[in-house]
Amino acid sequence: MSQNTLAPAAQRRRERRFGLFSLLVLAVMLGVFASSTRGAQATFILNDARGQLFELPDLILPVVPTVIVLSALVAGIAARQFTRGFGSRAVVIVGVVALLFVIAFLTWAAAGGQLSVVGLLRGSLARATPIAFGAMAGVLCERAGVINIAIEGQFLAGAFTAAVVSSIAGNPWVGLFGGISAGVLVAFMLAGLSIKFQADQIVVGVVLIVFATGVTSFLNTQVLSGNPQLNSPTRFASIAVPVLSEIPLIGPVLFRQSLLVFGMIAAVIVLQYGLFQTRWGLRLRSVGEPPKAADTVGIHVLATRYKAVLLGGVLAGIGGSWWTLDAVGQFSREMTGGRGFIALAAMLVGRYSPVGAFGAALIFGFSDQLATSLQLLRVPVPSDLLLTAPYLVTIVVVAGLIGRLRVPAADGKPYVKQ
Amino acid sequence: MSQAGSTEPAGRQEGRVELELRGITKRFPGVIANEAVDLVVTSGEVHGLLGENGAGKSTLMNVLYGLYRADEGEIIVDGTPLQLDDPGDAIDAGIGMVHQHFMLVPVFTVAENIVLGVEHTRGLGRLDRARASKEVAELAERSGLPVDPDALVEDLPVGIQQRVEILKALYRDARLLILDEPTAVLTPQEADDLFDAIRAFTAEGRSVVFISHKLREHRVIADRISVLRRGRIVGTADPREASEQDLANLMVGRPVELTVSKTPAQPTDSVLQVQGLRVDDAVGSPVVQDVDLEIRRGEIVAVAGVEGNGQTPLVAALTGLREIADGTVTVAGREVMGATRKQILREGTGHVPEDRSKDGLVADFSVAENLILNLWDAEPYARRGTLQFAAINEHARELVGAYDIRTPSVSTPAGSLSGGNQQKLVVAREFDRPIDLLVASQPTRGVDVGSIEYIHSQLVAKRDAGTAVLLVSSELDEVLALADRVAVMYHGRLVGPFDMPISKEAVGRMMAGADPADVLGSPTATPASTDDPATTNGSSPGAPA
Repeated sequence: MSQNTLAPAAQRRRERRFGLFSLLVLAVMLGVFASSTRGAQATFILNDARGQLFELPDLILPVVPTVIVLSALVAGIAARQFTRGFGSRAVVIVGVVALLFVIAFLTWAAAGGQLSVVGLLRGSLARATPIAFGAMAGVLCERAGVINIAIEGQFLAGAFTAAVVSSIAGNPWVGLFGGISAGVLVAFMLAGLSIKFQADQIVVGVVLIVFATGVTSFLNTQVLSGNPQLNSPTRFASIAVPVLSEIPLIGPVLFRQSLLVFGMIAAVIVLQYGLFQTRWGLRLRSVGEPPKAADTVGIHVLATRYKAVLLGGVLAGIGGSWWTLDAVGQFSREMTGGRGFIALAAMLVGRYSPVGAFGAALIFGFSDQLATSLQLLRVPVPSDLLLTAPYLVTIVVVAGLIGRLRVPAADGKPYVKQ
Repeated sequence: MSQAGSTEPAGRQEGRVELELRGITKRFPGVIANEAVDLVVTSGEVHGLLGENGAGKSTLMNVLYGLYRADEGEIIVDGTPLQLDDPGDAIDAGIGMVHQHFMLVPVFTVAENIVLGVEHTRGLGRLDRARASKEVAELAERSGLPVDPDALVEDLPVGIQQRVEILKALYRDARLLILDEPTAVLTPQEADDLFDAIRAFTAEGRSVVFISHKLREHRVIADRISVLRRGRIVGTADPREASEQDLANLMVGRPVELTVSKTPAQPTDSVLQVQGLRVDDAVGSPVVQDVDLEIRRGEIVAVAGVEGNGQTPLVAALTGLREIADGTVTVAGREVMGATRKQILREGTGHVPEDRSKDGLVADFSVAENLILNLWDAEPYARRGTLQFAAINEHARELVGAYDIRTPSVSTPAGSLSGGNQQKLVVAREFDRPIDLLVASQPTRGVDVGSIEYIHSQLVAKRDAGTAVLLVSSELDEVLALADRVAVMYHGRLVGPFDMPISKEAVGRMMAGADPADVLGSPTATPASTDDPATTNGSSPGAPA
């Protein structure tokens, strides 16, 4: 459904804007990375400590020459952006520039040290998991016309409940069920208040976040800190797919992950198919556009919206469980650290499609993981600054710099029937 | 009433339908929208439902379609009383409705819209898109309403969107089709095509309820006309016997003046000059282009056209509300480009916007406040930054009297007035000051007949007082009644203006994009318009031979 039919003048203006971006990138690359005194060589480790079919040599790059080559590529792209332009591939080219920048940045960061590429990518996918679940929850709700900014609240409720239930039952599956229940409970409050009582959905979302934060923090202090046996959940074990997981580089990244990571990928595929290829998806999307069209052909608008929001609660609950059943193995106060908002951002950047949201979640997971990896390398960039990357990307997308963002037309509008 | 029907589910008989409404009453808080309405629609009939805006036509049909629940009364189809709780029930009973505002999902394809709610699926709930496209194409072919099943609805012109709506009802096997103001968005020729489709539909014994406030259309298509006034059926007429005047009087409840009386225009010096105007949309594609237009004092130039052909951005550019991408616009010698909106209004442009509730008034402000919206900081209404309510209210009382605005008081919120009175309020504000140019966009939309008469006479009076008037209207009858010269807008380009008289058919064909040379070369052309249409300045408009 691409509609990049810009008029020539607007197309040129856009290319020039992209060109300015490339120049900015170039300036940072030459000004900061190429004039680095951190070390002459950057070492990228491509092997995993666990068994693999064969070993890869470490990738050792001379820092300054590498950055200069990458800069030359960016300069070439910028030159063409200002002259002929890239036409329909303009947006893709911006992504290429961003990728070149990231490689240059990593080269600079790893100068004089070692960076494990496997660890970086593997961690990125893991950290993308809750973000993708949350973003899919958002896609479901908003495609059906209900704004869900309470994903952060669903995450916290899911993480807390999953931790407690799994601790009591000693079984991560039961814990996951608990996490899902908590996500659905928050979703039910959102659905009731915004669909039935037609409250302002932004206000309801904020209230639910504050509510979930307050309740989980309170119970954490009052109950969990005194009873550590309630906060030691059994976690999902990491699964290694036979043979595939032993392929160097790809294996440990894609095929040695926890169950929730595989579940997330399955959910992306199923949801993408469901939303755009099935009757269920067609009807769900129809109630997120001005829903009178759906109502006049006998589709029950409110019931469809309820179901979408509750199913979104299931996904957000799984996303929240990731923290306590996969990543950390213990609940702590406000441990989701705003990832629910990042999930919302991923939903927007992914343009309300599950696959798009997954792609955005990968980028955000990467910046999340990078912040951790860089601390180990003692890079003079505050990790907090890196964590703002998702928000910057979101601003760029929402501002319409890369094509128009199409919001479901009835998003956030309650449906009132006479 | 067929007794045979009882052997079949829902008393259904192939193709035929009998509908009866008995004593339908529907109340909204503070208003009775329908009161004890009785209506019978027989098999194979086109039943016209005539009434002014707000008479309760749409409410009645929404009750019949299950969107509203009637407070009292019965709906009987083929002798079986029906309980219609939602549109699904109505669809099951064989009732289909094409709403005035289309009920389509713009981001879905034609086929997706048509099958929505009754989709065929294959395994795993997968939509059978190929089958939907094929069925829709066949149905479109059979019904004489061709569409591309795989086009996105938002990319289609409104005339085609309406076909999609009709096909949606036909796909559900509707035996009774309700068409709510279906011609509002059509060119006269498209309306004729629609009428052909209606006749083909009723020829099979099925029925149509045709809702319109346009008298002429009822006389063309209806077999029987029921007239609704203030929620009640006030009469039933046979279109072969009743004249338009009879119907109008019945609809309004008093004798009505249907024609506008005006003398030939006496245009003098030029006021509005537009050259090579282009206006772009958000992504930089032109929505108005190559527009040249000149309007002189003392003439009304009307722009006809189906809505969405660039009239709205044209008006916005002329009044400084929208950026001019290229070309020049001057009003009495002053450049519009670069001037602030306030300057444009204060220096002599009056503007009656097309959507009064959105752009014409502040609904929560009082009548008096709304009447000084364009003079809010000028003496005597404001002094040293303070509003002078004595002067404001005095001014309001004068205008309320002079322009016949029916309001309980000048401090009543404007939003609580009827549509006609709201419009008169806007007209009063824009007319009651010396202006060079008046831009009136859809000035009588959604307005009762009495107010229409009044607004039309005021437009002519303003012209005779030496104002240049630009009238933009999608109501062709209004254009032809008021204009001294007529231009037509199609796909962002303006053809004309042509001197009156010009035939309705010729304007209609140009509204559909026909080349003026072809149209005016036909016998319907008027001798006065043989000049090059872009430079009619030299001719003598308004003085028909």
